[in-house]
Amino acid sequence: MDAKNIKVAGFGGQGVMMFGQILAYSATKDGINGLWFPSYGPETRGGTANCSVIVSEKQINSPVFKNADHLVAFNLPSLEKFKEHMANKGLVLYNSSLIEEEIKLDNATVVGVPINDIANELGNIKVANMVMMGAYLQLTHLFSDETIEAIIKKILGERKADLVQINKEALEAGKTFVKKLGVKYA
Amino acid sequence: MAKVLMKGNEAIALAAIKGGADAFYGYPITPQNEIPEYLSKHMLANGKVFLQAESEVSAINMVYGAAGAGKRVMTSSSSPGIALKQEGISYITAAELPCLIVSVMRGGPGLGSIQPSQGDYYQATRGGGNGDYHLIVFAPESIQETIDVIKESFDIADYYRNPVMVLVDGLIGQMMESVDFDRPVRERFLPNKDWATTGTKDHPGRRNVANSLYLDPQALENHNIHLNEKYKLIKKNETKFELVNFDNPEYVIVAYGTMARICRSAIEMLKKEGIEVGMIRPITLFPYPEKAFDQIPANAKGILTCELSMGQMLDDVLIANNGRHKVGFFGRAGGMLPDPEEIVAAIKNFNERVVK
Repeated sequence: MDAKNIKVAGFGGQGVMMFGQILAYSATKDGINGLWFPSYGPETRGGTANCSVIVSEKQINSPVFKNADHLVAFNLPSLEKFKEHMANKGLVLYNSSLIEEEIKLDNATVVGVPINDIANELGNIKVANMVMMGAYLQLTHLFSDETIEAIIKKILGERKADLVQINKEALEAGKTFVKKLGVKYA
Repeated sequence: MAKVLMKGNEAIALAAIKGGADAFYGYPITPQNEIPEYLSKHMLANGKVFLQAESEVSAINMVYGAAGAGKRVMTSSSSPGIALKQEGISYITAAELPCLIVSVMRGGPGLGSIQPSQGDYYQATRGGGNGDYHLIVFAPESIQETIDVIKESFDIADYYRNPVMVLVDGLIGQMMESVDFDRPVRERFLPNKDWATTGTKDHPGRRNVANSLYLDPQALENHNIHLNEKYKLIKKNETKFELVNFDNPEYVIVAYGTMARICRSAIEMLKKEGIEVGMIRPITLFPYPEKAFDQIPANAKGILTCELSMGQMLDDVLIANNGRHKVGFFGRAGGMLPDPEEIVAAIKNFNERVVK
């Protein structure tokens, strides 16, 4: 596997940071290298929150990258801000519940997933980020279901163990949505 | 042990515990707050001391006191907070007491910003405090290297009876990486702390005093000479650097910390275009690895110093280069981080970067 530079962005509270951390935790669990860093500070309040993730079998050099291989955008401002910085043949995954217009980019596979609507149907808007995760993994096959579920269980801990089930359902729903679309990326 | 994913600041805290920290004294400041946060949970649970002081000045003087009593003590802060600690740091160094100071740099001067920077190179290596003194300054480039350095830092501080500073930028503090806490630490013979002010029951008939006041000029000069001999020994024994892609470099980059990692990616990009660029990566900033510059081939076209500042380490590069090669500079400041492509462009337009 080549190293992947991943940008995850959205509003604060959409589970953007957690989305990125789960990828870095999964890389670590699978014995490869993971790196996560947040944009931190006052500029994230009320505006866009974003984080950068790198997963790589080799040593990770620069934590900073100009162009992302994958962009996961949870809202329109994030998509607008980061879509200009995509590597060739990249993947753009966006939240079509909040982004209504048709998005097309040269040299990138673009997939919209209505994660808010799917999460609401499942009964918990908070798992929208895991719907996105399911869609993301269905397209990239970066990590196995076992790895992701083990990380989610660990993060939720005993105190929130009752939420494991709905998170699994959210992952599955995201995967199913992409399968039905029939889009392939990796 | 398998690797774990951990935030830099938390990894610093855990590594300090593994290195044998007895006590932490500090005062909060972004972007290093996860260090005291982590230690506040885990020091007390292990029967160690954690204390949030009323100010940085107070915290560093608590370090002074506890170090004087022979304990393994640390403090951590960020740029303006480290500025406030300078008086105490000078006193601790004068009294030849060991301690660990972690400095997580943010943008400056003044309150500056909370974003990553390397603007405190002078503060760390030139001393913001008064008098002829040096800290032993490590500048790791990754969370793994930070852990390895911190675990060893109390041994080094104890061995030389001198504060060790671990200098990282805010990015290393805030990011998460896959790390291993069980890498071996070099074993050192550490003499007993028979100088510690533990009460005369431990050393009957001898009063141990931690002191930095020498009113007799000859006594103070003798002390200055003694300290200087110690710094020479540190220079001989502890200078650390890494040479990257140094087979036959056309240009040589000099960079430390996060900037060095950005440059590693730039070096790989340049290699693909057939441009061979090496790197001297200082791991210790004091002592500075001047000898590494002797390994730059005579036909190299130039040296590019890259920093997250307006040019501070540049001075040490100019000293170490001693007029042999053209020296250029690339810097970003204020919390702005360059991507590797900017370094690639700076190498390609080296002549525009030359300062001397």
